[in-house]
Amino acid sequence: MARKSKPSNGLLTDADLKSMYEEMVLCRKLDERLWMLNRQGKAAIVASSQGHEAGQIGSVHALNKGYDTFYIYYRDLAVMLSLGMTPTEIIRGFLAKEGEPLSGARQFPTHGAYPEYNIVNLSNVVATHLPQAVGAALAAKMKGEQNVTIVYFGDGASSAGDCHEAMNFASIHQLPIIFFCENNNYAISVPMEKQMAIDSVSSRAEGYGIPGVEIDGCDIISVHRATFEAAQRARSGKGPSLIEARVERYLPHTSDDDDSLYRTEKELEKARERDPLKILRALLFSSGILDETVDGHIQRNAREAVDNATEIGEQAPFPSSDTFYEHIYAN
Amino acid sequence: MTILTVIEAVRDAMREEMVRDNNVLIMGEDIGSRGGVFLATDGFQKEFGEERIIDTPLAESSIVGIALGAAMSGMRPIAEIEFADFIWPTINQVVGEAARVRYGTNGKLHAPMVLRAPQGGGVRGGLYHSQSVEAIFAHTPGLKVVAPATPFDAKGLLKSAIRDDDPVIFLEHKRTYRLVRGEVPDQEFTIPIGKGDVKRQGSDITVVTYGLMVHHCIEAATDLASDGISVEIIDLRSLRPIDFDLILASVKKTGKILIVHEDNKILGVGAEIAALVSEKAFEYLDGPVMRLAGPEVPAMPFSPPLEEMYMVNSDKILSSIKQLMTY
Repeated sequence: MARKSKPSNGLLTDADLKSMYEEMVLCRKLDERLWMLNRQGKAAIVASSQGHEAGQIGSVHALNKGYDTFYIYYRDLAVMLSLGMTPTEIIRGFLAKEGEPLSGARQFPTHGAYPEYNIVNLSNVVATHLPQAVGAALAAKMKGEQNVTIVYFGDGASSAGDCHEAMNFASIHQLPIIFFCENNNYAISVPMEKQMAIDSVSSRAEGYGIPGVEIDGCDIISVHRATFEAAQRARSGKGPSLIEARVERYLPHTSDDDDSLYRTEKELEKARERDPLKILRALLFSSGILDETVDGHIQRNAREAVDNATEIGEQAPFPSSDTFYEHIYAN
Repeated sequence: MTILTVIEAVRDAMREEMVRDNNVLIMGEDIGSRGGVFLATDGFQKEFGEERIIDTPLAESSIVGIALGAAMSGMRPIAEIEFADFIWPTINQVVGEAARVRYGTNGKLHAPMVLRAPQGGGVRGGLYHSQSVEAIFAHTPGLKVVAPATPFDAKGLLKSAIRDDDPVIFLEHKRTYRLVRGEVPDQEFTIPIGKGDVKRQGSDITVVTYGLMVHHCIEAATDLASDGISVEIIDLRSLRPIDFDLILASVKKTGKILIVHEDNKILGVGAEIAALVSEKAFEYLDGPVMRLAGPEVPAMPFSPPLEEMYMVNSDKILSSIKQLMTY
């Protein structure tokens, strides 16, 4: 069932970096399009991943696609694309159209499950998925698999009781799991200093007896390295790790939010200085992996893919009401 | 046939399923070397190992959340909540999550898990060791809810619950654990979830009940037989789905229905059955649909006379039946 990729050896080749860049360009363009579809009244709700992409793509590339398990949350568009979901599948979700693969368009966009990619995003309630991810890791350990589970969550979710319970249990049983916190400094509108009295989420790891690292989540290479190390620990039976990737959120919490009520334009300008897309692009240019011609080609491909997906999505019908009572029980 | 108590039947069901299927595991508080506070898993850790019999921290939300994640990954976990009163921290994981796995993933995932919890009063358990918690779960589409009364039913239904591909809330009345004995077949058997059972045949009045109250109703019916009142007792056994057909067939025969439960009355399981009978069997009734249920106080008091006031018992059932028989 799983489409397996070549297991990562922890090294990034020029080709790897280029494909990460391609994914990031595609994700940014798709995200911008989703926001536009919302403003056009076509997509009811959007939670943007802009500013989170390096954390998401860098971590996926450190793991084994189609084999490892990905418990994601609502801001993880780049994880989904990096694992192989297509812009068309994503847009079907945002427009709530037939053929949406995760939940049959029953759920909010990006929610549901995609077993072929081992993606689970059942809940819209923050932190609820953390114990579930631990359960997936428990199952893997019991079955004697080498599978690693990574669970993504925001700084806001780190305050929930389920986060504590999940980390505590995972550590007791030395489960193969990576807790990956995408810290963008805001729990919807509430800044970090009002969410917790400590400077970093990763420092909590000490309380569970697991390693915790704080990394620059806009630097895809740091993300890749930290995730690869955590995965190696997990695969060798050394248990869980906590990674806190400091990322930025360039747009409001969701399309229904107005962030001008709680953060200044100046703060946003500063955040944009560390745009993960710009950073990766500059790196690829300076190391000769990318030039204007190749970049132009990547940009054009991404735009075409998003345009094409938008057209298919807009033309697709809504799900038939015949599906309404399906899948409540096995029989 | 062997005579077992309810707790022995629960234990046997789990042991047999653990042996039958390596994907079954049990997790809960004090279930390991302690064998569970009611000894439901007595000796299990020795027999099946620490990997499959997992002593958890005292953290109920994650007991269920982790079990759910394992279930979605192909295991068949049984999560034990030590007392049903401790189940409320799990509501998000049960009602918000487990019940919606199949629907919310359009059938891509499902959650074959059992959540076992001893519930009910009459054991000097006070506010936090006596509650009946069935109503909220029985209200939730996506869940199945079972509340057995006898060793036979407990064993057959628990085996079905463990094999079920959807989440099952399995509520055992802790007062029945050692009080109620009964014959249980030695050979393999299961009982389908969703089927009630006529525990006593009768023609004058239908009494619909479940859990510990089944036994109190049988006591009352036995007494009333000498007064010439013939009581039919339906043990629901499953509270979701409810065996509506069995209830309607009986009411159409007797024309009278009394619903008895220990849980408080307002918006309880009895309210649903009363509504059903009013909708589907109105013209067969020759008396009001009556309910006898727990009082509208927040929980069961600790002191004996107060606890007794709370509990439905055979005397209260007997007088309710007599009252309904005046119609």
